[in-house]
Amino acid sequence: MSCQLAAGNILYENPLLRWVYDIAGTVAPCWAAYLAAGLAFMLLLVNGVLIGTAILTWAERRILARFANRIGPNRWGPFGLLQPLADLIKLLTKESLTPRSADRIVFNLAPILMLMPALLVVAVVPFARNIALADLSIGVLYVLAISSLTILAIFMAGWASQNRFALFGAARGVAVLISYEVPVVLSLLGVVMLAGSMSLNDIVAAQAVPFFLVQPLAFFVFFTGVSAELNRTPFDVAEGESEIVAGYHTEYSGIKFAIMQAAEFGGTITASAVIVSLFLAGWAGPLAGYLGWLWFLLKLGAVLFVFIWVRATFPRLRTDQIMAFSWKFLLSLALINLVATALEVYFLRGDSRTLTTVDLWVMAGINLALAAVAIGAFGRLNRAQVQRVRPPLPVLAPAGAPAGKAV
Amino acid sequence: MLLVDITFWGLSVVAIGAALGVVLVRDLFRAALLLVVVFLAVAGFFVLLSAQFLAVVQVLIYAGAIAILLVFAVMLTKDVPHGNLPNRLQVPAAMVAALLLAVLVAVAAATQWQPVPLAQQEQVAVVQTGSAGLANLLVSDYALAFEAVSVLLLGAAIGALALLRGRPEQAP
Amino acid sequence: MTLQAMLIVAAILFCIGLYGALARRNVIAVFMSIEIMFNSVNLTLVALGRYVAPHALAADIESALTGQVFAVFIIAVAAAEVALGLGIVFALYRNTESVDLTEAAQMRR
Repeated sequence: MSCQLAAGNILYENPLLRWVYDIAGTVAPCWAAYLAAGLAFMLLLVNGVLIGTAILTWAERRILARFANRIGPNRWGPFGLLQPLADLIKLLTKESLTPRSADRIVFNLAPILMLMPALLVVAVVPFARNIALADLSIGVLYVLAISSLTILAIFMAGWASQNRFALFGAARGVAVLISYEVPVVLSLLGVVMLAGSMSLNDIVAAQAVPFFLVQPLAFFVFFTGVSAELNRTPFDVAEGESEIVAGYHTEYSGIKFAIMQAAEFGGTITASAVIVSLFLAGWAGPLAGYLGWLWFLLKLGAVLFVFIWVRATFPRLRTDQIMAFSWKFLLSLALINLVATALEVYFLRGDSRTLTTVDLWVMAGINLALAAVAIGAFGRLNRAQVQRVRPPLPVLAPAGAPAGKAV
Repeated sequence: MLLVDITFWGLSVVAIGAALGVVLVRDLFRAALLLVVVFLAVAGFFVLLSAQFLAVVQVLIYAGAIAILLVFAVMLTKDVPHGNLPNRLQVPAAMVAALLLAVLVAVAAATQWQPVPLAQQEQVAVVQTGSAGLANLLVSDYALAFEAVSVLLLGAAIGALALLRGRPEQAP
Repeated sequence: MTLQAMLIVAAILFCIGLYGALARRNVIAVFMSIEIMFNSVNLTLVALGRYVAPHALAADIESALTGQVFAVFIIAVAAAEVALGLGIVFALYRNTESVDLTEAAQMRR
């Protein structure tokens, strides 16, 4: 018994999936082989992201330590590489508390829901030529839609904890996520316009010139917006330790806390994978037919390193600064980029209706200049404004002095 | 075909159960979460009906945006765990709904629907799964409606801002 | 999965939403019921577009998308409706300090 895949089938183009399908097809009915191929690949992806998460926790601690002139975890395994395992065992054996007044079902559901988007988004990311679980024709939209579900999980965690700090953290997190959704979506429109498709596979194929050169503004907006949506450090008001204990995961401990951390780091990995596909030409590189996965992983590592670098460099922003940054700065940049890209595509592609590599280089030149001017100008404008609306600094009254009279 | 049928019935049970939960559960926050389940189930139906683009838009706009706004608004309720109370119209409302349901089901079952001819089914499926056809229609045949909707959205945004702007006398 | 089954599921959802919109006290619960009704209408439109042939199908294959186009517009209008509706809910809350519809008996303060 052998099963044949139709040419238009979602599994057809993918050599890995077809290989599993053909092997399973010899021993099982066709629908079971179909399921087996899909499930095997899903297992690979999910475990890949989770193992990547473990490695990232270690790498982040080591690299942050280097930035701070420390050594970082180096006890267990070579270079401390087994540290995540130790952390995991510690978290698994800890007591998993649930507050008495918490909404038990929602409280326990929230970490799981938080992890899901990170695992679902990788389904459309092409790791090498044609190797993606599902090459959706609406891939970019799918990524945006699925990642917008994190908002709900954060709010569920904050609400169900019945803890004031958790609710504050959740409310802040939701405000940040909603605000940054707008520029992030707008910045991707330029990329979609250039590629003429929303499928991540097509977008990678369209990058004769990597899009971070052709769309520098979009790259900047997307990178910044995504690190805000992931609650990475310059934007981590939702869990700002020095202000609101730990934000929405104040009440979480043990395995649930571990899942939340996995969701956060897994989200970073997924977002980096999306950035690599959209802006850094994905698996493209010398010998891409054989070494596509290697290029992909190298670029992924580079993006993750920049994420960690940013975390080590910038101090946390205030909530109102974060809002202003999104609405006054990133949104304007995204709109400028959108209009500029639309005009450039319209005038450059001419009658042939396609963009050549030369066109892309021309666009890269124009857009890099535009990006420098726009970021500089809007940065100046906003700095002036932020300084004007700076709230009065809190004044500590010296002991004994009447309140409010201190200088 | 079997897989499609199983998915369909599963989704139906989930959607109807969650919708019943939205109107019957006392805890308003859980009702809002069940509403998200309804939205996601409807997105699943869209995938089954080969409307991929709509399915994703459904998740992005309903589950990602509208549900969040509703969940925020839930916090206005005084006693959220018992916030979803019925009013006095419960019995008449149930009767009206049941009556309407009977009529709708009768119509759906009795009408002679004209199916897509076999020769064109393949073509129709291709057109419906892709998003290019939809995009073309939106900026050609339905361009006027498209513009009207964008003006409506702008108006709604301005209107919501005007409604929510703090009154001058309340400012500190 | 047949057209009739799909339509009946949508009809059930619509009627649940209708019941909720009529019989709930909390304005946000009413809102959520209305959203269920919107969704069921979208479902009906897309199902009809998928299974039923419009008259123009032979001449214009894109007319098979009419149902989807309508659903897109309904989603857009629903987004506008939620923005304005919640604005009104907040205004109501400011005036009456409550979101109970049975207490909102007058439109001014």
